[in-house]
Amino acid sequence: MSAGEQVRQYILENFLFSTDTSLLGMDDSFLGRGLIDSTGMLEVLLFLEETFGIKVADNEMVPENLDSVNRIAAFVARKKA
Amino acid sequence: MMATKPLSAERAFALDYTAEADRIEARLREVLTKDLNRRGLVVAISGGIDSSVSAALAVRAVGPKRVYGLLLPERVSSPQSTHRGRLLATHLGIEHEVFDIAPALEALGCYARIDEVCKAVHPDYGAGWKNKIVLEGGLQGRYNHFKLVAQDPAGALHEARLEYRQYLQIVAATNFKQRVRKTMEYYHADRLNYAVVGTPNRLEYDQGFFVKNGDGSADVKPIAHLYKSQVYAMARFMKLPDEICNAIPTTDTYSLAQGQDEFYFGLPYAQMDLALWAYEHGESTATLGAALGISADAAKAVYADIEAKRRATKYLGGAPILMGCSVSAD
Repeated sequence: MSAGEQVRQYILENFLFSTDTSLLGMDDSFLGRGLIDSTGMLEVLLFLEETFGIKVADNEMVPENLDSVNRIAAFVARKKA
Repeated sequence: MMATKPLSAERAFALDYTAEADRIEARLREVLTKDLNRRGLVVAISGGIDSSVSAALAVRAVGPKRVYGLLLPERVSSPQSTHRGRLLATHLGIEHEVFDIAPALEALGCYARIDEVCKAVHPDYGAGWKNKIVLEGGLQGRYNHFKLVAQDPAGALHEARLEYRQYLQIVAATNFKQRVRKTMEYYHADRLNYAVVGTPNRLEYDQGFFVKNGDGSADVKPIAHLYKSQVYAMARFMKLPDEICNAIPTTDTYSLAQGQDEFYFGLPYAQMDLALWAYEHGESTATLGAALGISADAAKAVYADIEAKRRATKYLGGAPILMGCSVSAD
């Protein structure tokens, strides 16, 4: 499973209580949909750090890196490169 | 072309304080009579400006004999806060008591649960250390998050970002403080057949700076429509003691001294007040930036942070959500 699919599955199960992939587009903005607030983002960060073995720095905690499944997947790829 | 008036605290917070105090005191009496059917008011007095002004307005409304003041310090409360609380109660001539909630908090495990997080973050944490949590991120265009700042016995500061579970536990444990205080307030309100006064100002109320079923719980909130700058002005108008009028807002909740700005708002209250006013009145980010001496981009981040806090804390002020009509068997 790709990083993006893992992230989408995690967010679907933990934030939408569902496995229905039609509920979350890969480019949907979490902020725009009111899906993930700052506390929720801490939860996502913990998932990313535990699942992909990356460490997210304070200055990387920006919507440009984290505000959609595809943005997170790209961010994880850059961190692991 | 009409010139745009510059944004200033003087323009934003101008108020007829005589008329406003008269209006609030009349409304408090009306609420007690028509809505709550209670005979007086209980006010928890922290020694800060908001509870002091709320208590003074309560006294204006129903007289000192029908206001009961509670000072509810715990282990990390500043002695100056209790001193100012006593000063206010004496100044207003109200019956009051000091009740130490530390044993109740100890029994609930409040302090042990906070220390558990501190030790997880800073393994050397122990006797003689102090702590506080500090908000970061929103004003830099990042997601808001908290850092734990711990001071060792030699005075050195150690900082680390709180991860998800640590953040939740330290906040949950700290919230015992506001909830135990509210339990005491309602004990006395029930005992006296009084109503409980909540003391948030507009900034706190709007931005969700309160604990659900803790300091957010009350029967009436007499200053929740006033910006903090107006609360200070109201205190001076009502001639409250200088020590109270000049008190610097702190949370008085963590063992290290902590300003409300570093804990939650990101900016000093006077600037945050102006930002909220500007946001509510549709002022541009350029106008706000000019007033605060920051760039329009930084002002945009302030507006975004106001919106983010509103979204994140919306549920705090709401009544429980009901499920609607049940599905009929027919």
